[in-house]
Amino acid sequence: MTTSIAPRRAAAHSAARRGTLVGWLFAAPALIAYCAFVIYPLLTGLQYSFYRWNGVGPSEWVGINNYVRVFTDPDLLGSIRNAFVLIAFFTIVPVAAGLVLATLIRSMRPGFFSSASQTILFLPQIIPLAAAGIGWSWMYAQTGAVNQLLSAVGLGSLARPWLGDFQTALPAVGLIGSWVLTGLCTVLFLTGIGKIDPSLYEAVRLDGANWAREFVTVTIPGLRQEIAVLVTITIIAALSSFDIIYTTTLGGPGRATLVPGISIYRIGFTQSEVGLASAFGIVLMILVLACVLPIQRLARVSDR
Amino acid sequence: MAIFHTRAATRRRIAAVVAVATASVLALAGCAPGSSAPTTTKSTAVTTTLTSKKVHLTIADETGFPLTDKLTAEFTAQHPNITFTVTRDTFQNLTANAPKLLASSTPPDLIRLPMIGDTVKDGLLANLDPYFAAYGWDKWSASQLAPLRVNKDNVRGSGSLYQLGLGYSVTGIYMNTKLAAKVGITAPPATLAELESDMAAAKAKGILPLMEGDKDGVVNFVVQAAMNQYADKTQMMNWIMNVKGASYNTPGNVKGADLIRKWADAGYFPSDINAIDYPTFVSRFQAGEGLFTFNGNWAAADTQAKMGNGVTFFLVPPATAGAPHVAMGAANSFSVAAKSAHINEIVYFLNWIHTNAKARQIVLDVTGAAPGGDPTEAQPTAAPGSLTEQALKMSAQIGSENGQVDFMSNATAGIYAGAIIPESQLLVTGKISGQEFVTKVQDFYAQELAG
Repeated sequence: MTTSIAPRRAAAHSAARRGTLVGWLFAAPALIAYCAFVIYPLLTGLQYSFYRWNGVGPSEWVGINNYVRVFTDPDLLGSIRNAFVLIAFFTIVPVAAGLVLATLIRSMRPGFFSSASQTILFLPQIIPLAAAGIGWSWMYAQTGAVNQLLSAVGLGSLARPWLGDFQTALPAVGLIGSWVLTGLCTVLFLTGIGKIDPSLYEAVRLDGANWAREFVTVTIPGLRQEIAVLVTITIIAALSSFDIIYTTTLGGPGRATLVPGISIYRIGFTQSEVGLASAFGIVLMILVLACVLPIQRLARVSDR
Repeated sequence: MAIFHTRAATRRRIAAVVAVATASVLALAGCAPGSSAPTTTKSTAVTTTLTSKKVHLTIADETGFPLTDKLTAEFTAQHPNITFTVTRDTFQNLTANAPKLLASSTPPDLIRLPMIGDTVKDGLLANLDPYFAAYGWDKWSASQLAPLRVNKDNVRGSGSLYQLGLGYSVTGIYMNTKLAAKVGITAPPATLAELESDMAAAKAKGILPLMEGDKDGVVNFVVQAAMNQYADKTQMMNWIMNVKGASYNTPGNVKGADLIRKWADAGYFPSDINAIDYPTFVSRFQAGEGLFTFNGNWAAADTQAKMGNGVTFFLVPPATAGAPHVAMGAANSFSVAAKSAHINEIVYFLNWIHTNAKARQIVLDVTGAAPGGDPTEAQPTAAPGSLTEQALKMSAQIGSENGQVDFMSNATAGIYAGAIIPESQLLVTGKISGQEFVTKVQDFYAQELAG
């Protein structure tokens, strides 16, 4: 007995080891790409963040000075605050609207109108953000579509240069984000709803539940996974937003729409302060993780 | 078993974290980023005769300024063995990428470089001093070349020559003469006070006094124009050239910024000024909106084409009658890459632009700017009565009154986007005072220079 177990165990061991090796081989291409394009840049970014360096010439070790500047410069802190305001427009609005729209589309009879509304809602998603930004900045202009519409319905007094006004610029660019992301949320929620067992809907309806009750009891719990994924994606989009702001306001007027993405680009590429830009980038990454990890954890806990 | 499994997983995770941490510590402990010593310029034998071999030269230029296209075509026509490729990018992208382009293994031979920044310190630009002597550029206007020099402390204004200008700009005010006639204005204002009363008269008639835009900061032509009439010109220049101890926070600059705040409060600017960019305000002015606009000679030919005789161009008037004029102006500056394999050829091209009659005419025709170079050289001709002719006269007048200052946005690489644009957006909408504007810009400047 004992003599036969040992070789068998050794064989199993080497098979397992071979299995592990093959596994690593399969993972290697992705792993190499991940290390080369994610881990390595991340580590060099971390390294740069402790230096004062213009990207070309000699560098100088400055310890945590760059991080101190990130946390003491009111303009940089203001850009972080703006990014959090954008979460309302990039996350709350599209996820809420997506939920409602998906339930509405689900209640429509499958056919032309249902697929047409899905396509129309999803269209913004396939337009490059930079192009969307330029298009919207025309619509938001003093003589643009938004103001024309307002005057057409007798609200001409509300007309203003939406992107040039200190009060409206941030919500205005935020709404572009809502417009882009609502389609993505709706489509993802629709596929999620499709996976919910129809008998659940039938059961609540037999219990005499109305539309709202059905929504809260069946739809929302059934879409928990999708909600977690979308909240994660959209929060990342809000905190690391760049292209919409770059093509519409460049962070202005004043610093009303300045976000970390724009600040980092400017510091790193215009001011050539690669160290400070890297430090801000690392801080932004930690911020994103701090917002996104709890959501992941919540989704996992509630799955049990 | 489950507990055991979790522990193993935890242990594995810890191992991974330790591995990453070790790797990062190793990376951090490794050599510092960047080159430790500036690369020395390759020593090519300086010659002023053009090679007869085939040479291909590359130029990196700004979008929207077709001057280099015309000049290179003419040069290739005269010297068929020299060919060019001109690549273009927006002003913002080009200034941001310039150091990286110059440091790359295949830099453009010639690059539009509005801001020198650290490029000289890092050894990226060819020192043109040997050519200055070889071609005899000492006959050229020394004051025009001074801003293109950089000394050992990385301060502009003196030291070795690192740039040359393809045309030299001058700024002023364009006036829509049809609207002026409606308001009852018969001649350009002779003082700032007259300019103000003209604007007040226009406002009273329901005509927009100033067509300006500040989405991309161009209203600072107006801000600096106002400062120029009150500030000490040398102090402003020292500040722009990064002379040690120079400050932006001067009584003259505050007075100028306060005047802009006053104009903002009076409603002289368009209400959507912060949503208007440069091309938009230029085309709106050309379409007849606004009595005045502050712009440079580079817009003269286009404005003439769009507005015909309904427009005139003049220098910003001084604060007191008869005082000398001060105007922003700068070389449309280009630098030669230190790593260029064809420094002799590209400098020959630069010298040709300043000395060849056809090239000088092209510079004037395309940019409305004086071609610079030797003042005794024959000047190119502009159509009589045209805006370009007026622009040439303005250049000459500023030259004789010694009234040229550089653009304040050229002070440091980051100051325009980081401070001047956002603060001016607050100033022209009446959100901050002139003093606040000046203080914020100076603070940013000090921090950027300190690093």
